[in-house]
Amino acid sequence: MSAILISALAQGMLWAIMAIGIHVTYRILNISDLTSESAFALGGAVVATAIVAGVDPILATLLATVSGALAGFVTGFLHTKLHIPSLLAGILSMTGLYSVNLRIMGKANIPLNMSDTILTNLSELLGFARDRDAAILLGIVVSIIIVILLIWFFNTEFGFSIVATGSNDQMIRANGVNSDLTIIAGLMLSNALIALSGALVSQYNGYADVGQGIGAIVVGLASVIIGEVIFKNKNLFITLIGIIAGSVIYRLIVALVINLDFISANDMRLFTAIIVAVAISITNLKKPKRMKTHD
Amino acid sequence: MIEIKNIYKTFHAGTINENRVINDLSLKIDDGDFVTVIGGNGAGKSTLLNLLAGSLTLDSGEILIGDKNITKMPENRRAKYIARVFQDPQSGTCKDLTIAENMSIAQRRGKIRSLKKGIYKKEKEDYQKKLVSLNLGLEKRLEAKVGLLSGGQRQALTLLMATLVKPELLLLDEHTAALDPKTAKTVLDLTEKIVEENKLTTIMITHNLKDAITIGNRLIMMNHGKIVYDVKGEEKAKLEVQDLLRLYDEEDAGLSDVMLFG
Repeated sequence: MSAILISALAQGMLWAIMAIGIHVTYRILNISDLTSESAFALGGAVVATAIVAGVDPILATLLATVSGALAGFVTGFLHTKLHIPSLLAGILSMTGLYSVNLRIMGKANIPLNMSDTILTNLSELLGFARDRDAAILLGIVVSIIIVILLIWFFNTEFGFSIVATGSNDQMIRANGVNSDLTIIAGLMLSNALIALSGALVSQYNGYADVGQGIGAIVVGLASVIIGEVIFKNKNLFITLIGIIAGSVIYRLIVALVINLDFISANDMRLFTAIIVAVAISITNLKKPKRMKTHD
Repeated sequence: MIEIKNIYKTFHAGTINENRVINDLSLKIDDGDFVTVIGGNGAGKSTLLNLLAGSLTLDSGEILIGDKNITKMPENRRAKYIARVFQDPQSGTCKDLTIAENMSIAQRRGKIRSLKKGIYKKEKEDYQKKLVSLNLGLEKRLEAKVGLLSGGQRQALTLLMATLVKPELLLLDEHTAALDPKTAKTVLDLTEKIVEENKLTTIMITHNLKDAITIGNRLIMMNHGKIVYDVKGEEKAKLEVQDLLRLYDEEDAGLSDVMLFG
């Protein structure tokens, strides 16, 4: 049993980075960005291809992160400059990226179990028996760094502009900010985080698969919402910690549910989708129809 | 000086719904003028403000602020010169940021946003002092999210934000229309005070004919995308609401005739 829990912790920490990326678009920018699905797989594709080609795993992971930012840029460009609605822009990127990912990998699946990865290197360095321990450590360290960076970023002039764009783009333009720029930057940041997560998850799983991003958004949303349910505070630090906790809790739930006899691993996506649908509808139904502040 | 030269704006051009909203409109506004704008629905008042602010683009014509031609400038770059208060109290502020953070955004109106700190301690003290002038007790709620404020409070804050950095032109689009009469009065008094103190060049749209007469030093009436009436100073001060109502009637009849023949 404890093995299941520890494994859930490792998965949860690595997927938490993706959930934070989802939070940036879904909650801060107010955009449901479907690029995420393919950006997660893109991260895996880039990291696996680079590692197999002999690139240092750390550099390969950074490359994967940058590739995610580029994917976000494409969606942002389609949305702001070519005036395609954000949902459709994300769908177009997601669809196009599927082919790009296959091009990068050359096949649908690249195994990494024969190669050195960030995790194997870290295990070796610290004398861990399993990569899982390295994954937990790395997940925690990377999450802390990301939380610190995001809190810094969202307290800068530019960070304020992104938050304001998400809640009131009319206001931010009236104050002299080019909202196209803030939207593109937000999408790049989000998808960079998601690709980074995809790259780390691929290294942990020991393979990259072109289909590994399917359902990623829903998993990310589940983590965001679980986090919001636990921590109601709206402060960014607490919110981010909540998302990380949410991601780990989600993995625990998955691990426990999969152990049930009548549920197979194949049912997980349906199960997750139902959780998210119920959670979002409950929070939305509780709110009055029109968001109204007191008067 | 603000100069508007022969501007045109048509919506849905070339379709059956074609609507010429601004039709060869020209206007010169002197520095420090406070212009109130009245006119029926569809007269083109809000469109004029949107064209000035850059949220709509001109079909033709020119707009100059001082000696700067801003005709082709996008909205976010015009913000350096032009500040706005919208009709909807939700529009001028960001509900997810605090009062202080909202003010810090306004303090940087027209400046490039860098990765420097979004707000400094010293700024907060400054904002606190400025909020006292609103007389709404907001100075004690610097760290409160703006979403928690009432419509009137948000509108007063927007007004203060619009004037943190002195704009060359202040646009007020029926900014008290969505408020209850008492709050509307407070915000309007505040408007006069702020405009007076900073000697701001201001254009204010209103449906309240009495306000249009008593506030500002110049009154403009619009109809079918043109300025049909323009009075200043003494003459304006002597106007009665009845005079304006009569004008409304005459204008409508007059223009209908033109349209019949045209």
